[in-house]
Amino acid sequence: MTDAAPIPATPTVVLPARLQGVEPVLSVRTPARLDYDFTAGRSTSAFLRGMLEKKIIGEACPICHKVYAPSRGACPSHGVPTEGHIELAQQGVVVSFCVVNVAFHGSVMEIPYVSALIQLEGADMFLMHLLQEIKADEVRVGQWVEAVWVDDADLAPTLESVKYFRPIERPDATVDEAGHVLAWGGAA
Amino acid sequence: MRDVAIVSFAQSEPHQRSVEKLNEVEMLMPVTRAALDQLDLTIQDIGFTCSGSTDYLAGTAFSFVSTLDGVGPWPPIQESHVEMDGAWALYEAWVKLQLGEIDTAFVYAYSKSSPGDLPIVLTRQLDPYTAGPLWPDSVSIAALQAQAALDAGVVTREAMAEVAARSRRDALANNPHAQLRFDRSAAEVAAEPDHIGVLRRSDCPPITDGAAAMVLAAGDRARELSDRPAWIRGIDHRIDPMAIGLRDLTDVPSARTAAAKAGVGDAPVDVWELHAPFTHNELLLRRALGVPDDAVVNPSGGALSANPMLTAGLLRFGEAAARISSGQANRAVAHATQGPALQQNLVAVLEGDA
Repeated sequence: MTDAAPIPATPTVVLPARLQGVEPVLSVRTPARLDYDFTAGRSTSAFLRGMLEKKIIGEACPICHKVYAPSRGACPSHGVPTEGHIELAQQGVVVSFCVVNVAFHGSVMEIPYVSALIQLEGADMFLMHLLQEIKADEVRVGQWVEAVWVDDADLAPTLESVKYFRPIERPDATVDEAGHVLAWGGAA
Repeated sequence: MRDVAIVSFAQSEPHQRSVEKLNEVEMLMPVTRAALDQLDLTIQDIGFTCSGSTDYLAGTAFSFVSTLDGVGPWPPIQESHVEMDGAWALYEAWVKLQLGEIDTAFVYAYSKSSPGDLPIVLTRQLDPYTAGPLWPDSVSIAALQAQAALDAGVVTREAMAEVAARSRRDALANNPHAQLRFDRSAAEVAAEPDHIGVLRRSDCPPITDGAAAMVLAAGDRARELSDRPAWIRGIDHRIDPMAIGLRDLTDVPSARTAAAKAGVGDAPVDVWELHAPFTHNELLLRRALGVPDDAVVNPSGGALSANPMLTAGLLRFGEAAARISSGQANRAVAHATQGPALQQNLVAVLEGDA
């Protein structure tokens, strides 16, 4: 280990006379906006078109048969395109949830509200959506819920066509089952 | 130094102005699949994976994470990403191979350049305090550089027209993957009206959606996988100042230094693949790298014929390696650039076994 080189003295900067005494700039705001033509892609488009018909459409991996909804087009386990046109049940199990107690800029929701990860029956990934028609302190992992759609006139190619999920009468899945494929008796 | 080679290469068939129906991972998957299939490998046979892309182009947050799904990263793989042209992902993979713990690496790059207003999107790579807020589009910055080079007498309008004509003609003859492939004479290019500043339309690259992928391998593993590996004999990258006003736009000192460090001048070069999106870029790079007048430059048509952002540099490596592996060349130079007006430059020397 050699001695570090001495730190050079900071050079003295002499401003031109007309800039001497001016107020220093401490921060700048530089607003930026960019517009894009977004392409959802082949697989996600099938999901979005399904929303118009109150259907939740997924695709499966041809190798491991896992079902993704929405599919972005690839199975992350096998690196191959997903395929098929699989209509999923509109019921699922709460896998995880969050009670939101803090308002934030841009939010239109009344607090407190519940955001949940829901595993639809037959799906191998989770959908994040709102849980309503239930008190926040009564939501639990393993609870069964179903999709509630917006009015027919308001259906659009967006997940917002599902207004929210609400509880249904069905015995809870166990915490161990929630989030596992075996809960559906499907492929391991 | 460990011997590392490019042993497979695949790219979009073809690169196009706009891939309208597919998202990025759907566009990328056939290319990554082809690069692995050429060697009968799966991602689980690969020691390290590195990609180059930027989410600003498609305007999709974490698009580089979704595209990783396309290579099959589960069970977990060793993986990294650079917000740079894929040529820098190749550099990272090369460094990883030098460490000696792995024998193979997978490198890919892709972009959908078409979803936004590309020249405006590229303003976001400038410094955010003084240059960025002025929104100087990428073509205008290139035009400033061309004007400076013309004023200094280091390039001519005629030579720029020759580069434009030759690139698209070579793409027509040699490269079915290219986007612009046609035979239009330099005289016709010279007769075009100015488009932005001193640049004619033909002096500018196309806007391109596309992808590239390749496998690197070290030593004996490379010899197992390829009859004729394209060995990376030298590689180096350098950066000139970010602020456009801080440098002489008529010269490319970072490219010159990188070429010297990579050993470009040690022996004659059979083919040069230079990442020169604008015609004057090639002329400036020829001067900086000491390219002989009669050299074979960009027989693929270069970035003037297909310019997927953050991918066109890696394509230069693929094209140069393909020429070596096919036996058409034995010593090639591959170059990549990034940033405004040739700010950052990466140069490598590729060789076949003599």
